[in-house]
Amino acid sequence: MATVPADKLKIIQRFGPHQNFMRGDQLSTSVEPDRLVKTHCCFCGQQCGIQLKVKDTPEGGEVIGFEPWEEFPFNRGMLCPKGIKRYLQGAHPDRLLTALRRDEGAESGFSAMPYQQAIEHVASEIGRIQKQHGNAAVGILGGASLTTEKTYLLGKFARVCLKTPYIDYNGRLCMVSAGAANKKAFGIDRTTNPWSDMVGTDVIWVAGSNVAECSPITTNYLWQAREQGAKIIIQDPRITPAARTCDLYLPVKPGRDAALFAGVLHLMIENDWIDRDFIREFTVGFEQVAEYCKQWTPAHTAEVSGVPERPIRKAAELWGTAKTSFLFHARGIEHHSNGVQNALGTINLVLASGRIGKPKCGYGTIVGQANGQGGREHGQKCDQLPGWRDISNPEHRKYIAGVWGIDEKDMPGPGVDAYEVFRKIDAGEIKGLISICFNPIVSLPDNTFVRRALEKLEFYVAIDFFLNDTAHHADIVLPGSLHEEDEGVVTQVEGRVIKINKAVDCPGEARQDWIVIQDIAKALDRPKGFEFRAPREIFEELRIASRGGVADYSGITYEKVERQMGVFWPCPSHDYKTGEPVPDHPGTPRLFERGSYNPTAKGAGPFYFSDGKARFNVADYRVPVDDISEEYPIFLTTGRVISQFLSGTQTRRIGPLVEQYPEPRIEMHPRLAAKLGIKDEDWTTAETRRGSITLRAMVATTIRPDTVFIPYHWPGKKSPNQLTVAAQDPISKIPQYKVCGCRVCKAEAAPEYASQLEPQQ
Amino acid sequence: MKPAELHFFIDPNRCIGCQACVQACSECDTHRGESMIHLEYVDRASSVQTVPVVCMHCDQPTCAEVCPADAIKRTADGVVQSARKPRCIACGNCVMACPFGVPEVYEDRQLMMKCDMCYDRTSVGKKPMCATVCPSQALFFGSREQIEQMRPQSMPANTFRFGNQTITTRVFTMIPKIGAQKQQYIDVTAAMDEEAWPRNVRLNVIGDAPLPSLTEAGLPLDPFAEMEV
Repeated sequence: MATVPADKLKIIQRFGPHQNFMRGDQLSTSVEPDRLVKTHCCFCGQQCGIQLKVKDTPEGGEVIGFEPWEEFPFNRGMLCPKGIKRYLQGAHPDRLLTALRRDEGAESGFSAMPYQQAIEHVASEIGRIQKQHGNAAVGILGGASLTTEKTYLLGKFARVCLKTPYIDYNGRLCMVSAGAANKKAFGIDRTTNPWSDMVGTDVIWVAGSNVAECSPITTNYLWQAREQGAKIIIQDPRITPAARTCDLYLPVKPGRDAALFAGVLHLMIENDWIDRDFIREFTVGFEQVAEYCKQWTPAHTAEVSGVPERPIRKAAELWGTAKTSFLFHARGIEHHSNGVQNALGTINLVLASGRIGKPKCGYGTIVGQANGQGGREHGQKCDQLPGWRDISNPEHRKYIAGVWGIDEKDMPGPGVDAYEVFRKIDAGEIKGLISICFNPIVSLPDNTFVRRALEKLEFYVAIDFFLNDTAHHADIVLPGSLHEEDEGVVTQVEGRVIKINKAVDCPGEARQDWIVIQDIAKALDRPKGFEFRAPREIFEELRIASRGGVADYSGITYEKVERQMGVFWPCPSHDYKTGEPVPDHPGTPRLFERGSYNPTAKGAGPFYFSDGKARFNVADYRVPVDDISEEYPIFLTTGRVISQFLSGTQTRRIGPLVEQYPEPRIEMHPRLAAKLGIKDEDWTTAETRRGSITLRAMVATTIRPDTVFIPYHWPGKKSPNQLTVAAQDPISKIPQYKVCGCRVCKAEAAPEYASQLEPQQ
Repeated sequence: MKPAELHFFIDPNRCIGCQACVQACSECDTHRGESMIHLEYVDRASSVQTVPVVCMHCDQPTCAEVCPADAIKRTADGVVQSARKPRCIACGNCVMACPFGVPEVYEDRQLMMKCDMCYDRTSVGKKPMCATVCPSQALFFGSREQIEQMRPQSMPANTFRFGNQTITTRVFTMIPKIGAQKQQYIDVTAAMDEEAWPRNVRLNVIGDAPLPSLTEAGLPLDPFAEMEV
């Protein structure tokens, strides 16, 4: 029974989100911290180094503030507002201090339950469902904000303990288009160069990335590159803060990116702005791509992409004639049913230029979540095993089964993507669900469907530190750990493995997530392989499991990470060529260097295919699903604001961040607003085939007049994912968040929620 | 490096409006919970441009000159301090007089407070909180040599004229060098326009008269003005 057990307002009243502000020791100017703990931010994939100020208390300590960590090489003390105020999520009135059980008799819908009793109830329900309906009737949803140890453990838990194929994670909404494109083109999935390679380049192309708001620290790299003479190209339907002063702004129409890349490559070929030697020696497949690009004349490209011919020509010239360059992209081009093709379009531009695998010549995908990189490498993805191995590959299965001490035949095969998990719940195939670090009712598209599916579950257990919006549907909520309450590694945007350090203890009955997962395994009477006593022990097993895989962590130790302030994978424990131990391998900051040796190519070339060559792939433009029409004539696109993060479970509870941008608004150009008779701040309704939303308008010239933008961090009636379409990329299964047809009008009245809810709720 | 050799530089061209400076300022050990930085959109309806303002630490601080209670002191190394609590009468003279609009009177504690360049940090050789965290380094703290080496496209200036008053400050503003002054992207439709790309659109600065029509401003007529959307 996974319906919401009480009036939503009553649940919110009890469990929040409420805003937390500085208080007590946090406000005092005379309290000195007892300890400074070097760790990293808990939010985006930049993973800025930060020091937490900790005051020791009988309860295991409290974080009372932060101090910049200027020695950490990536951010040198720089932080965005989220990192600065993140400590206010600790000692928060909404923090779950006990397990909860669904209780329709309680006003707030939930009652406290002793932790061990809750674990036993979870085990008995999972056991019951698996006995009645088979192992595959239970699914697991993980997340890319977990440490790599936890993602590894969760993948192992699914395959070894529950023996279900159905595990996937919220990176499905984030990194998978980039990952799939990297796999197809390079045979490895990682940003190719450290960010420091950006400074000193001739040109930087930012494709669909609102750097200033979504990966703020990258801004300084961008500006520093500009000081040294780099030209900056930014492609976005909105003039983002970084686009305002860029050298070339390409106002692409939502969903038309692949067309733009093909048009630019067309001009590069026409003008011979390509590196024919590199293409011949290090790549395959260029001819087919060149053939495809023939149709993308500047006029045709301009017509489709919404970017005029002149800037398209200028972009081709800047990119084509540069000697050094960096190109990076993010969700703007990836959140599409054509997301993999869009990413491949950028890779084709990079490969045609030959500017990769050298200093000041790079390509990168900006990860969204803390562990967006590491979280997609070690097995919580439905088709994957640790070390970026493939669950369908017999050799890979055999190796991992050996590490786990199981019979390979007992290991389930590939599962399905996170959205498909909900389709299987809806179809009655999956009846039990475990979720951690995932808030799908806010973050998945067409979330009315997600709600319907959740209501059909026989049993749902959510692990979280706050009662997230999806957990309202849970039968049992297990109190997990905040970032500062545990240790482990994550891999940040550059591919640098870094260490999260524990600052304080879990409060009340809350437990570190890896303990919660192991407690369930124990209560199921299947403890074998889940008896780790510390994250370090999990990491040691992960090192072995990743050894020889593409994402090879075998040469990384906690000590090396701390000593070097991060280690770029691959970092093997044994030399790939000789098999000799290499305990001092420093890691691999830059991929694909000429003459480099990798275990896939075995010396044939720098790329991760047996012939050592990179692949050109035809990056086909396709019209988006549910594109604009007569009935729905305006593009709807969604994204982030600087002060909020993902579904807002944490950031909507931090007062100073809520104050910075309290509620979502519908951003539109004054020309569109004038046509619709809408003024700034007016209540405005946007409607798609799936639903409607009423928010205040924000009228500004910084967005295409044919497009509206809504940030996605809010739940319920404020969630633009009521409107978005659940169309997915056929390869990566990423949802098409960045475009669908909508219509917009002035609302007749304020929505009901306006008088009932605080801005963050 | 000695504290006196370190300077504060503001480069509004770099600012992305993220408010890291504002949030970090409120974490400062001398005024926890309050931010002394002003960060405003110039005119959000027509641009994402934001401008951070910290105290400029004038060589002859107007705020101190107009203070009837002699509550505002300038240190030997040129930092103009927040008002001294026992002296300040919260009259607000400094608020009215400061040409940069920096000081604020906090009514609840009857005290003027403003940016003191994190004196607790800078006086011991650390960087101010805001300039340490600023992700775009629109706020930079370092030596003249560093800024000249790192920012070859602009130059620091610290002389400002307000009517007949000329003010020199300890804090520098970065001015783009001649030729480095770039046009800004302000209205998307300008970038969608084949003929007039790129072009400057004047910002509707607070207090300005309404924008003149584009033709009056000597710019090409916007061909998208009648565009169906």
